[in-house]
Amino acid sequence: MKTIYLDNNATTQVAEEVLDAMLPYFRDLYGNPSSMHSFGGQVGRRIREAREQVAALIGAQPEEIIFTSCGTESDNAAIRSALAAHPDRRHILTSRVEHPAIKSLCAHLSRQGYRITELPVDKDGILDMAQYERALTPDTAIVSLMWANNETGVIFPAEKAAELATERGILFHTDAVQAVGKIPINMKANAIDMLSISGHKLHAPKGIGILYVRKGTRFSPFLIGGHQEKERRGGTENTPSIIGLGKACELAARNMDTESRMVLLLRDKLETEILSRIPNSRVNGTRLYRLPNTTNISFEFVEGEAILLLMDDYGICASSGSACTSGSLQPSHVLRAMGVPFTMAHGSIRFSLSIYNTEDEIDFVIEKLPSIIERLRSMSPYWNVGDQVCSVQ
Amino acid sequence: MWEYTEKVKEHFLNPRNVGEVENPDGVAEVGSIACGDALKLSFKLDENKRIKDIKFKTFGCASAIATSSALTEMVKGMTLEEAMKVTNQDIAAYLGGLPQEKMHCSVMGKQAMEKAIENYKGGPPTEPAAQIICECFGVTEREIEQAVRENNLSTVEEVTNYTKAGGGCGGCHDAIRQIIERVRAEAAPAARPKLSNVQKIKMIEETIDREIRPSLKKDGGDIELVDVIGNRVLVATRGTCATCKAADITLKHFVELKLRDFVSPELVIEEVTP
Repeated sequence: MKTIYLDNNATTQVAEEVLDAMLPYFRDLYGNPSSMHSFGGQVGRRIREAREQVAALIGAQPEEIIFTSCGTESDNAAIRSALAAHPDRRHILTSRVEHPAIKSLCAHLSRQGYRITELPVDKDGILDMAQYERALTPDTAIVSLMWANNETGVIFPAEKAAELATERGILFHTDAVQAVGKIPINMKANAIDMLSISGHKLHAPKGIGILYVRKGTRFSPFLIGGHQEKERRGGTENTPSIIGLGKACELAARNMDTESRMVLLLRDKLETEILSRIPNSRVNGTRLYRLPNTTNISFEFVEGEAILLLMDDYGICASSGSACTSGSLQPSHVLRAMGVPFTMAHGSIRFSLSIYNTEDEIDFVIEKLPSIIERLRSMSPYWNVGDQVCSVQ
Repeated sequence: MWEYTEKVKEHFLNPRNVGEVENPDGVAEVGSIACGDALKLSFKLDENKRIKDIKFKTFGCASAIATSSALTEMVKGMTLEEAMKVTNQDIAAYLGGLPQEKMHCSVMGKQAMEKAIENYKGGPPTEPAAQIICECFGVTEREIEQAVRENNLSTVEEVTNYTKAGGGCGGCHDAIRQIIERVRAEAAPAARPKLSNVQKIKMIEETIDREIRPSLKKDGGDIELVDVIGNRVLVATRGTCATCKAADITLKHFVELKLRDFVSPELVIEEVTP
């Protein structure tokens, strides 16, 4: 059975070119980039190149790039560093829809006495910027707002928010894990102090991340050890992955415009067809400010895990915000923050596309999904055929 | 991804008895859409008061659908008394087991069966002062008590897995902990089988015959059970034992220990001279 992979916000396929770039550094070029000999030194040079490739994708300077092990490490390092830089400040401003890497960390810090403000979002997943501005206080050590939401794809005005924070002398961090490589980012044109990237969301392997730290920002390392990364992150470099991520960033910089357009067309086709073929379905999150690859669709009166397993039978991979799949007993915190009604939240499915998806695959999903939903609805005590006349669009 | 057994998958992909029975004798609805799963059960009896037809409609995950399907297959042909005795563990076992986090699906099936039978019997559901403990999922004290008792649960996490209680805001964790302690304290004495007097005397006689008498006989001695009063075991010594100066020690250190081991740790041996 062919796999139709529509779960690219979870992780992506490593690009062929990325894998090719990495392979020599496992077998032949295994030297330590810190070594004095030229065998190791040549690896060091390739890491420098990778750093430049990453910097180029986001309009940064190479020395502003710190390689980490993952997006979560980058997020932790950023927040902890900001708190260390301002020991007198005890307030963290964030949102209710952040990734667990930020959300759980803030919950942890709140138990240590920090004051956390989680800004709400409206039913479309949008922040109230006036409320945001009011929440910035002289006690605020750092603002952390995600650039794009992993579940809905909704884009926050990170640049505008950063401007408002830095005007008041407050550090601004953004988890841009879902945004980088999908929408243009130019650090030269914004005031963001720190930004997190994860390799495996843009066709590099898992286990590699980046923390961007703007030149002049006070930084205290999360991992203390050797002199690697200019003493900002100890630990021997993950050379194959760093080189792979450099390659992935180079590809993204080169192809983002055309790829995003193609992915957007496929996503829109998928979304439009599903909504028109399946009654009582709706999109979660605004369609105005959204990643080109993501759609989060709810199917009323059915449960997400059951949908996923029936799709799995056809080789279709997606994810759900239902309670049964969240590992807890409540639907996703993002959908709850948006006030998505329970009848809808439990039946939410996220499709996230990549450049490797084809129109045939999308057509296949469009063909199979209506009968899957119909089958589950026929078993649901809440679904009556008469309900179809009432539209919840 | 959940580790479902083949049987769970099979019942999810090919659920039995989906729908609603026409002119049912008993119906029940448990769960709610807010909670993430709900089950509507309806059944009809035959002339011998056995379940002739039973159908379900379920909103929920794969295991909720599979347990509903399994339940209907299990109870078909049963009397209501038999159906009432099907536990959530039976349902889970029928499916070859469920992930711990999904045990609440089997509890939902059991509850629906009970409620449908109550519905058939007429009277209002016999739930005296159902106090809600978990506000998030509307779980009552009685439901938590029952789950703890029937599944021998000992932690809040287990209670959440089985009933969902405590899986939301977490505000009821203390209350759940208290229920667990109370139910387990009540259950503790019952864990050791309580002996009736007749059973106790029988076991003492057997132990004397099997474990004690052969040893004493080797030395030409013997004992005889005279009476058992509560935990006092009255015996008389015979043969060489009757005249042996060390008989006291034998009784305390050998006979009493054997009886305590094999019958009950509370027993005290006493010698009587008839």
